[in-house]
Amino acid sequence: MAIKPNTAFLTSYRIYVAAFFVFLAAPLVAAGMFAFNDSLFPSLPWQGFTLDWFFNDTEPKLGMFHDRRLLRGLYYSFVIASFVSLLSVFVGTCNAFLFVRCRFPAKDFFYIMMVLPLVIPGVILGISILLLASNIANGAEEALSLDLDFLRPGLILVVLGQFSFITTITSLVIIARLKKFDESMEEAAFNLGASRVRVLRTITLPFLFPAMAAAGIVAFLVSFENFNTTLFLVGSEAPLTITMYDRMVKVGSTPVLNAVSFFLMVGSALLALISILVNRDKPQT
Amino acid sequence: MMQKDIKRLSLILLFAPFALWIFLLIVLPHLGMFYISVREKVGPRMYEFGLGNYINFFAEPIYWNTLIRTGSMSLLVTALALLLGFPIAYYIAKIAGNRTRGALFLMCLIPLWVSDLIRAFGWILLLRETGIISSSLQWAGVINTPIEFLYNDAAVIMGLVYTVILFMIVPLVSTLDGMDNSMIEAGYNLGGNGPTVLRRIIIPYAMPGIVSGCIVVFMLTAGSYLTPILLGGKNSSWFTEQIYDQFITRYNWESGAAFGFLLLAFTSLVVWGGLKLSGQTLNSTVAKS
Amino acid sequence: MQSMTENDLATTDNDLECVQVRKHFGSVRAVDDVSFEIPKGSFFSILGPSGCGKTTLMRMIAGFESPTSGDIRIKGNSVIGTPPNKRNVKMVFQHLALFPMMNVYENIAYGLRCAGVSKEVIRTKVHDVLERISLPDVANREISQLSGGQKQRIAIARCMVLDPDVLLLDEPLGALDLKLREAMKIELKLLQHQFDTTFVYITHDQSEALVMSDNVAIMNQGKFVQIGTPQELYHNPSAAFVAGFVGDTNRWAGKVTRVENGAVEVATEAGLTMRGSVRGTGTPAVGDTVSAFVRPEFISAEKTGASDKPVDPAHNVINGKVDSILFNGANSRVLVRDGAGELIEADVVLTGSTQDLKPKDNVTLSWSPEQTMCFKA
Repeated sequence: MAIKPNTAFLTSYRIYVAAFFVFLAAPLVAAGMFAFNDSLFPSLPWQGFTLDWFFNDTEPKLGMFHDRRLLRGLYYSFVIASFVSLLSVFVGTCNAFLFVRCRFPAKDFFYIMMVLPLVIPGVILGISILLLASNIANGAEEALSLDLDFLRPGLILVVLGQFSFITTITSLVIIARLKKFDESMEEAAFNLGASRVRVLRTITLPFLFPAMAAAGIVAFLVSFENFNTTLFLVGSEAPLTITMYDRMVKVGSTPVLNAVSFFLMVGSALLALISILVNRDKPQT
Repeated sequence: MMQKDIKRLSLILLFAPFALWIFLLIVLPHLGMFYISVREKVGPRMYEFGLGNYINFFAEPIYWNTLIRTGSMSLLVTALALLLGFPIAYYIAKIAGNRTRGALFLMCLIPLWVSDLIRAFGWILLLRETGIISSSLQWAGVINTPIEFLYNDAAVIMGLVYTVILFMIVPLVSTLDGMDNSMIEAGYNLGGNGPTVLRRIIIPYAMPGIVSGCIVVFMLTAGSYLTPILLGGKNSSWFTEQIYDQFITRYNWESGAAFGFLLLAFTSLVVWGGLKLSGQTLNSTVAKS
Repeated sequence: MQSMTENDLATTDNDLECVQVRKHFGSVRAVDDVSFEIPKGSFFSILGPSGCGKTTLMRMIAGFESPTSGDIRIKGNSVIGTPPNKRNVKMVFQHLALFPMMNVYENIAYGLRCAGVSKEVIRTKVHDVLERISLPDVANREISQLSGGQKQRIAIARCMVLDPDVLLLDEPLGALDLKLREAMKIELKLLQHQFDTTFVYITHDQSEALVMSDNVAIMNQGKFVQIGTPQELYHNPSAAFVAGFVGDTNRWAGKVTRVENGAVEVATEAGLTMRGSVRGTGTPAVGDTVSAFVRPEFISAEKTGASDKPVDPAHNVINGKVDSILFNGANSRVLVRDGAGELIEADVVLTGSTQDLKPKDNVTLSWSPEQTMCFKA
């Protein structure tokens, strides 16, 4: 303990901290608990426990696992998140080697460029990519009568849009790990007769792997929950957050949304926990 | 020299993905957006260069009022997040025991991985007229008729603080964690009291973390879209809504691009001012985390 | 594999030779014209202050850097242009660089696997080498479960299993605590005897170098100042740097006042006069500046007037007052302030009796001119 203030102060401090965590948990609990309320509306009074909002297959209480559009949204979210995390981990790893190992002019400037996407509002990222893609597609159609379908709003643009800022996150995670790497380990392997490729395969990548896995999971989660950037780039294949938003605006809140929320919260919490566990430093020396 | 060639080749191979990413997905789209924002539609498929879209923005008070409102509310949210978050970060980094520290930090992180949408949805369920708080108060006899807590500025600010406060706490915890406890003890030992130690030792030390948290929080708030719309309703007048409106509802891409650029310029200006005021650089703050 | 060409004929008993090796980084001469040869199976140390270029030299031998000019030969064959993974020179790194994601067995087997040795051979070789470093049971341990001394030995075993021509060790004891370091010094020497391989040991710690080595090279500012056995370096330093760097010593700067076949009389800056023997290169003439060195163990300190034995008239004699006693068992020392106000260190025997020197005692210091090593500045 750094400071030992008097007990009254410490007690009120503790109460404040506790209150803060109640504040943090409140909306999540509210969003989750109505998934189990046997009512058509997500509000009090409590009508009894049910799992209908997950598994029931008939209207009006259509459960999320029987709701075609929600399931399709889940599927698209999954596809998008998988591509985004693979792509962003790959580029993030390249970036880590680039910024930790290489020396080149204007490195500081490029490093700031790399961090920048994280602070550009997601809405702007979405719009700017949409504008560029549409203009290129329009230009190609007019000048060359080419139909560049992949530049129209759709899965590919969503993946690119999310990738554009998630790569910053994965890069930062992997850079942090690579900085901790003791380069004499590579030299030692080299000295013991390993080839360059073998050193990379047996020493460097195994060391980086936990960070790559953690970065991949983080990328997956951030992609899954992204709304602002996706909103502008989405085509007919709407991911889950967009589908949910649509439902909320058009139908109003229904407990099936609570069921989806509960499902997502549990899923993300588990994945986040895994990412923290794999990236935790093993005690060394 | 073989070695030199290998080095050069690997540099090029590593630089290529980075360059493609930054140039094609960040630089080029923003240049394109700027280009579109400075052209005016004079007829069908006829454009000419001009600052008309920007002039429109300043000529119409509702637009720049919205931007100023968004900016000032974002600053308020940033300040609140710092005030509320600092004690929490300090508690986690310095006061909590070793075991509770990890658990508390995890608890801070878990809501980070829950979508904006779900968080806003949760607040709606709590705050609306038929929501949990209103019905609980009725049940307890405090109020007679249901009260609508949603759709006002307070709800928007609270929702935004909730959404972004974690981005304040996480960098603060890691900065404070790196601070040697003996520095604080030395402060007391040399005759300082609580407030002076906080002001002279802890806050200056945590400055990079504070600034980095503030930048991220401010940018996230100013660029947020879901929370103001869902918690503020139709009259939340958030600037991102205006942008969405120009693009999707009015299909006026030129003015939408100009608005987007103005938001970017405005937030960058605020961040730049903040960095100058606090004497930090982007490299020493955000880039470090 | 190295090609066995014409160099093969030049049979040599030297495991490692460096010929006029230079390494320049821009205008900095990290290694400047270093030549030496190390006979088969010996323990050779390179001793120098940090930044003297010894690590650069070692990295050139291992192949991580290439020399600006000069030649490096292993078993008589030049290895210039041979990449580090093709040289039969193995290296124990400063922080050992054991691979934390592998256990002990995999760490030791790593080099054999790279060489494509069959599984059975790997198994026997690894167990064999573990036996030799007397850690037969640690094969399945994780690196993090080993003690500091065990890690040290595993790092050596990992190299020795590959049967290197030369083993390089880059201050491997630096991270250990004092007690363990003392024990490892002896252990390393024994291991070297057991494996009968040439060890090249880099250190800035003179006691490591003196205790373990057959030969020691003293390095300073990129150059080898002197190569010799530990005894030669200690008793017959060829330069002022070696005299000052190896072992403890009293040091004076002064001017020559008289020269007499190999002996000089020196007046120090503080005003003392002493006679000394000329060492190193260059014969000083009257008026030249010299540095004079006297090791504390050659200075005898007696209470003034306590002994009736007359002091040898040829000796240098100085009277002073005990300033403080540095008690350290058999290595105890006394600090004496002479008339000129300088402090002189002398070894003393403190038996705990009332006859022992005490602070403020008047003492007479004396030492022979042969033990006063004078170098022309």
